[in-house]
Order: sequence, then C-alpha cells, then structure tokens
Amino acid sequence: MRESGARLGSLLALLVAWQLLAAAAQSLTLPTPWAVTQVIVQQASSGDLWLNLSATLARVVASFTIAMCVGVALGMWMGASKTTNQWLDPLLIIALNVPALVIIILAYVWLGLGEVAAVVAVAVNKIPVVVVATREGARAIDHALMQVGEVYRLSRWRTWRHIYLPQLYPHLLSAGRNGLSLVWKIVLVVELLGRSSGVGFALANYFHDFDVAGIFAYTIAFTSVMLVFEALLMRPLERRLNRWRA
Amino acid sequence: MTGLALNIRSKVYPGGVETLRDCQFSAAPGEFVAIVGPSGAGKSTLLNIAAGLDRDFDGELVRPPSRPSKGQGLSPSALSFMFQEPRLMPWLSVRENIALVLSEPKTHDAAIDRILRTMGLQDFSQAYPAQLSGGMRRRAALARAFICQPSLLLMDEPFTSIDAPTAEALRRSLLDLWGEQRPTILFVTHQLTEALALADRVVFMSARPARVIFEHVCALSRPRDLDLGSHQAIADSLLMAQPGLLQGGLLGQLQGGPAR
Repeated sequence: MRESGARLGSLLALLVAWQLLAAAAQSLTLPTPWAVTQVIVQQASSGDLWLNLSATLARVVASFTIAMCVGVALGMWMGASKTTNQWLDPLLIIALNVPALVIIILAYVWLGLGEVAAVVAVAVNKIPVVVVATREGARAIDHALMQVGEVYRLSRWRTWRHIYLPQLYPHLLSAGRNGLSLVWKIVLVVELLGRSSGVGFALANYFHDFDVAGIFAYTIAFTSVMLVFEALLMRPLERRLNRWRA
Repeated sequence: MTGLALNIRSKVYPGGVETLRDCQFSAAPGEFVAIVGPSGAGKSTLLNIAAGLDRDFDGELVRPPSRPSKGQGLSPSALSFMFQEPRLMPWLSVRENIALVLSEPKTHDAAIDRILRTMGLQDFSQAYPAQLSGGMRRRAALARAFICQPSLLLMDEPFTSIDAPTAEALRRSLLDLWGEQRPTILFVTHQLTEALALADRVVFMSARPARVIFEHVCALSRPRDLDLGSHQAIADSLLMAQPGLLQGGLLGQLQGGPAR
C-alpha cells in the first residue's frame, strides 16, 4: 500500500509541475495537461487512436517474439559452445554497434516498404541484446546441478526443463524487460520512416504541424499501454518464477 | 548379481597431476564400504569415476546392474550419488526435487509420500530448499538418493558441516534405508570413527597418486551404536598400530609413497 502510494504521489507531482510550467509558459509548444487530455479524447472517439495503437502493438509483439526466440537460441548456443562463440562473437559485436537507423533503412531498401521489413528491422536491432543477456546466463550455468541430472540419467528434456532453464530465467526476464522498452522505441522510428499507420506515423504527422499536444497525447497513450503490459504480464511472470526465493 | 569392481591403472588430470595409480578394490552386492584417506588424495575423483561422471581414465569399471525387482518408471539409473552439498534444485519444492529423478513421477506418489514420512519431511514437502535447515536439506537429498532404488549409492562426505546430533540422525536414516533396500554403498569420509560406525569394511587410501593401502573389516553387529564417540577406541587401536594411516602411509613407507 505504501509502495503504490509513493508511485501515485510521484506521478501526481509530475502532473502538477507540468501544469505549473505550462501555465507560466503560455506557449503552444508546451500545452497544459488538460489540452492534451482533450486531444486524447478526440483521437479516441474518432477511432484513430485505437487504430494506431493496435498497429504499433501488433508490430511490437511480432518483433519482440521473433527477437526473443532467435536471440535466446543463439545465446544458449554461444554460451554452451566455445567454438560457436569464437565464430559468432565478432559478428555480435558488429551487430551491437550498427546504428538502429542503418538497419531500418537497409531493411526498407532490401525488403521493400512493407510490414515484413518493419518487423524484421526491429527484431534484428533487438536480437544482439537478447543474445548477450542469454549468453551471460548460459555461461553461469552451475555444473554441480547439471551433474545431478547426469548421475540420475534424466532425459535431455527433463534436464533442460528443470535444471538448465530455471538457471536462465533471471537473465531471460531482464532480457525480456529491457527488450520490450527497446523494441517499442524502435518500432516508432520504423513507423515514422516507412509506415502509414501506428503511433510513429501519427507522431510524424503531428511533428509536421508542430502540434506538441498531439505528440504528448500519443506518447501518454502508448506509454500507458506498455505500463499495463508490464503490470499484467511481466511482473506476475517474474513473481511466479521467483517464488522459491526466500 | 555382481557388485562394484574398480581397477584404475592411472587417472591423470589435464594439468598433468596424477591423482590415482594402481587403485583397485571391489565391493560385494549390498556391501557398505567406507573410504578414508588424506584430503586432496583423490577420493572424490574415485567416486566420479565410479559414477561414470569421469570417463577419462585408464582402467576398468564394473558397476552393479539395475536391480531386477525394481519398480517400473522409477529411474533409468542404477546408481544414486549424494554429494558433499545437498545439490537440490532451489526452484523445486522438496517433493518436486525427489520426483525429479523418477522417470514417471506421477505413478509413484505413494512411494514419495512414504519416503517423505520416513525422513520426517512430510510437513515440508511443499517447502523450497532455501526454507529448510541444512540437516533437512540433507534429508531431502537422502530421500532423493533412495527413491529410485539404486543398486549402487555413492556418497561424498554427505554429513559434514552439520551439528553432531543432526548428523547422527542422518546416519541412522541412512542405515535404515540401506537395510531396507540393500544397495552397495561407497561412502567417502575423512572421519575414521564415522567410517567405523557405518561400514562393513573401511578402505584406506594413500596420498596422491592414491591407491588402496589398507583395509579394515568392521565386525561389529548391527544395529550399531551411532554415537561416534563409542567408536573412538577402535579408531585409536587402529592408529596405534598404524600411526600414519590417515595421512596415507603405512609404517616404514611414510615418506616413500608406493613401495615397489
């Protein structure tokens, strides 16, 4: 209760500070919270808000899923095999350092200005980060526990499911968490550059008109969606996986 | 039914250290053999080889086969291993930890219940290892070792770093379960009195490269007094005759290593 009180208080303080600043500035480039709320309501009733939110959310989910699957598999492989790691590590470092924008532009050039290019561009941006986190976990596997599986001749599946994977969960969780916030930020850039729907597309239009209220409206709407996602999915999942910790 | 037969001509670690040389001994089916030797001599290496965890050695190993009377779906393994640390999965409850080593755990609920009760863990079956005391964690590990009815049980100083009464209770449970199932047991310890209290036979190892230098048959009848203090007299008389026994040397060859 105390904790949620503090969370609420912090948000309220932000809101008050914003209102005071906006009232003092009296400028179109810093609209008041009320003006922004009006835009949100207007966008919601016209249906545009839901259209754009769902388009962006679909891209986030698709690219996040692809990135996690590919990244986790590669990370496990690199963590388990020295040779694989030696071969893939230089490529990983390059991938980590290529600017997101370059990957997005190349994806659009090579795959065409379509949905596939958008999702692939985001996933490719995200995969190296997942690989690094998973590899870290796979390297820290406790061989003493793996030996238990070996001695009792557990099947590969049981060993993997009950001895290996649980040791990776903390790393996968943090990869997923950091991943989600990274993914949705890149999705907006992808939409801004080459899609005609989504939050990024809406932001591009508002930017064109220097309409800061619209920009705020979409930022708040989408951030809220991601917070709900975090509260309803990520945090319960984390609690479940950590319940054994005393 | 064969017991365990080990003949290790040489075990050299990749760094070049020879840990075992001409180390041979055997155990009859159902026999309880304790292994005593200086620390760092390679007792754990010996157990790892016996367990099949370490296959990189020169020599032969014959292990007892899976017992024919063993129930269906228990475990494909004919052996159990109790390590120095309990090595329970921290994310599994006590019950799940025991069920983990069974190939068809669902068909053995009753057997798990029974062993939990035998070990006094019935009220902790849903607890996670972090919520248990060190002694109870070892009880759970002991239950896990016996649930799959092994024909060979390897134990690597399993009762160290716990207080004496807890250790004594664990030894009692071990002997009860052994009496019930009769696996061959190899029990490594650095405590001579513990070896004398538990085993049918105590095998003494030399310093590195280790081999068997001496054997003592424990003629005491069972059930035995498991208070280690009451075995001090026998230990003393053994050490009187062979003062270097625990350091891995017999009289006249303390410095020399293996006499050839």
